[in-house]
Amino acid sequence: MTVEEVLELIEAKDMTPETDKNTEVSCGYTCDLLSWVMAHGTAGMAWVTVQTHMNVIAVASLMEMAAVIIPEGIEMEAPSLEKAKEEGITVLESPLTAYEICARLAAKGLAGK
Amino acid sequence: MAVLLEKNFPVEAGAFTTAGEASTTIKRTLKQLGIGPEVLRRVSVACYEVELNLVIHSRGGTLTLLVDPEKVTLISKDVGPGIPDIEKAMTEGFSTASDEARTLGFGAGMGLPNMKRNASEFDIQSEVGVGTTITMSFALK
Repeated sequence: MTVEEVLELIEAKDMTPETDKNTEVSCGYTCDLLSWVMAHGTAGMAWVTVQTHMNVIAVASLMEMAAVIIPEGIEMEAPSLEKAKEEGITVLESPLTAYEICARLAAKGLAGK
Repeated sequence: MAVLLEKNFPVEAGAFTTAGEASTTIKRTLKQLGIGPEVLRRVSVACYEVELNLVIHSRGGTLTLLVDPEKVTLISKDVGPGIPDIEKAMTEGFSTASDEARTLGFGAGMGLPNMKRNASEFDIQSEVGVGTTITMSFALK
C-alpha cells in the first residue's frame, strides 16, 4: 500500500504536498508515548498519534517512517509541519479516530508491526 | 584506535522544541560516512533517548560522537543533578519525568532500557550533585 492509497482510505488532508506519495507503507502503528515508539517503530511505518509537536517529526525521521497520521481533525503545529517538509516526512490529518484509521488500514490488508 | 571523526553537540536543559536536532544531525553524519542501516538505526534510537534525557532530566550537557574503524561511540556528559539510584532508573517503566515532559509523550520509562538494548556496550556513571556520564559504543563489524 502506498502513502497515496492510505491518504484516500482515511479521508486525510495532505499537509506536506512536497513529499513523495508513492512511498510504500510497510505497516501501521498507533501510540502516543514517544519512547515506546522509538523502541517499537520500524522503517516505512505509518504512525497514528495525537501528539503534534516537533519531536514527533524527529522520531519519524530517525525511524525512517513513511507517514505520520494525526487523527480526529487535530491540527499539527506549524513548526512541526515545517520540520516535516525539511525532513521529507509526510504528515496526514484525518477526521477519523485512531481506531477507525487503523481498522480501515487493517481491513485493506496493511499489517501491524 | 585512530579516531576518524569527533563532534560535540551541546544540549540545553528543558529545550523541548529543539530536542532531537543533535540526533538528526548525528544520523545524517553517520549516513554520509556509509554506516549500514542496522547500526544506523540502533545508534539513532539510543542517541535520541540520551539526547531527550539531557533535555528532560539534566541541567544541560554535551553529546559527543566518536567514530573509528571499529565502532561508533556516543558519550553523554551532563552537569547534574545526578541519579540517586541507577538500578531503579534502569528499570523499564520507571520515570521521574515532569508533567510537562509527560504531556509531550515522554516519561514512559523506556529511555535508559532502550539505550542499553541498542548499544553493543553501555556504561552509566552518576554522582548526585555532580552529574551523569553515559558511554555507549556500537560495533561496526
